[in-house]
Amino acid sequence: PVSIIVFQEMEDKVISPEKAEEAKLKARYPHLGQKPGGSDFLRKRLQKGQKYFDSGDYNMAKAKMKNKQLPTAAPDKTEVTGDHIPTPQDLPQRKPSLVASKLAG
Amino acid sequence: FLAGFGSLMQDVLWCFSQVKGTIDIGVTEADIISTVEFNHTGELLATGDKGGRVVIFQREQESKNQPHRRGEYNVYSTFQSHEPEFDYLKSLEIEEKINKIRWLPQQNAAYFLLSTNDKTVKLWKVSERDKRPEGYNLKDEDGRLRDPSMITVLRVPVLRPMDLMVEATPRRVFANAHTYHINSISVNSDYETYMSADDLRINLWNFEITNQSFNIVDIKPANMEELTEVITAAEFHPHHCNTFVYSSSKGTIRLCDMRTAALCDRHAKFFEEPEDPSNRSFFSEIISSISDVKFSHSGRYIMTRDYLTVKVWDLNMENRPIETYQVHDYLRSKLCSLYENDCIFDKFECVWNGTDSVIMTGSYNNFFRMFDRNTKRDVTLEASRENSKPRAILKPRKVCVGGKRRKDEISVDSLDFSKKILHTAWHPSENIIAVAATNNLYIFQDKVN
Repeated sequence: PVSIIVFQEMEDKVISPEKAEEAKLKARYPHLGQKPGGSDFLRKRLQKGQKYFDSGDYNMAKAKMKNKQLPTAAPDKTEVTGDHIPTPQDLPQRKPSLVASKLAG
Repeated sequence: FLAGFGSLMQDVLWCFSQVKGTIDIGVTEADIISTVEFNHTGELLATGDKGGRVVIFQREQESKNQPHRRGEYNVYSTFQSHEPEFDYLKSLEIEEKINKIRWLPQQNAAYFLLSTNDKTVKLWKVSERDKRPEGYNLKDEDGRLRDPSMITVLRVPVLRPMDLMVEATPRRVFANAHTYHINSISVNSDYETYMSADDLRINLWNFEITNQSFNIVDIKPANMEELTEVITAAEFHPHHCNTFVYSSSKGTIRLCDMRTAALCDRHAKFFEEPEDPSNRSFFSEIISSISDVKFSHSGRYIMTRDYLTVKVWDLNMENRPIETYQVHDYLRSKLCSLYENDCIFDKFECVWNGTDSVIMTGSYNNFFRMFDRNTKRDVTLEASRENSKPRAILKPRKVCVGGKRRKDEISVDSLDFSKKILHTAWHPSENIIAVAATNNLYIFQDKVN
């Protein structure tokens, strides 16, 4: 019986793991708000996704990404800008923008 | 009797069957699988990925010559479902990631599925073509038009057999109905309507009508400063076409009856487990947020997944779940770092087996967990290339929480939190499961004796 009482006393003093983690977080970020589920937090969640300045900014960013991922253009296509009005044959072939899933490979 | 395998699910031994995808050192983001779903017969298995692509696998007919190869899944069709778009009004990118795929029950030779990204739901028809007409009068075999004045003889085109071609065509596009991000779609049991749910609203659609939908739930407050919770998942009852449920970021589930009112803002039932206020911490609300809700096949129960547990609720008891299963309780003492690396916001899904006797959900380190509701036994398995020999039996895994770590256990600090199993699917009638591990799809089956 004595040992049981001692155990209960110890339990009361032990902090739950969750509360211990909370203390750790508050120690690292003292300015953290009290309520994480507050409207600021939720509103940030509602607007996920990267914001761009405008559609031009978006298309430039996409083009940059595509150039990194795809192989370089065939070397025999020469640049034709500025000298004359290009014809469809002069322009480099448009690369297919969509790649098949590797699960289907 | 198998010694050394620890706890097993009754008689079921899970074996590796197949793995799809490549072993890349760096994973291309587009290849990350974002949804997995069997159709109603289990004949087809669909996956969607972050790149907006859908891949459908078909189970091959079982042959008497090879009884051990119990119907493997092979690629049937693949198509680009959604492409990235730009929201001009908000200057935000609309991701092409497929959030959910839901199959319609098969009503003719073609297959139909719904796939959705954050903003647009599409109905896809997948059909086979094994004949083509030949012998047109006005065009030749290459499709070039013939000069009508050169034609002297008329013939009747005939249908000739051709190599099987599977085509996917978008039959309906349901757009511009969601201001916020779609998290769920659910086909109604009437097979005429379906719902789409975003963070604040749920819309009811008729499959035939794309330019209108009914708004059936709207929890957007007049003043956004008063926003306290968002909708996280929604699903129709499997048999009662007037009933649906939706879950919230505060850990509650509401059941609604569409017969009572056009706008179902007032719930018919409200499921919430009382919380011990002394246990409340900064993390309480975040980890109580429900990431998935699923009706049982019987329609009598709902299952919910929050960050650390899976709960089963009886529709007739609103004040607490009837069963609670710990998925990875050892993470409770890691919540601080899981908050810092955003893992605490990971949205795990959960699934029922065909008889509602076993439930399954994913965890980290490519582990996934199964709970037998009858025997109360549970098992942790791993989706890994190391256990990918054909028909190799999966060995149960164990996480060591502290103290002495045994040889085949893994300690909490060694878990790889980038390897998360968020999406799994269970065949509707057999013990076949599909597990999405980042960019790979694993298929496991129970052992054939």
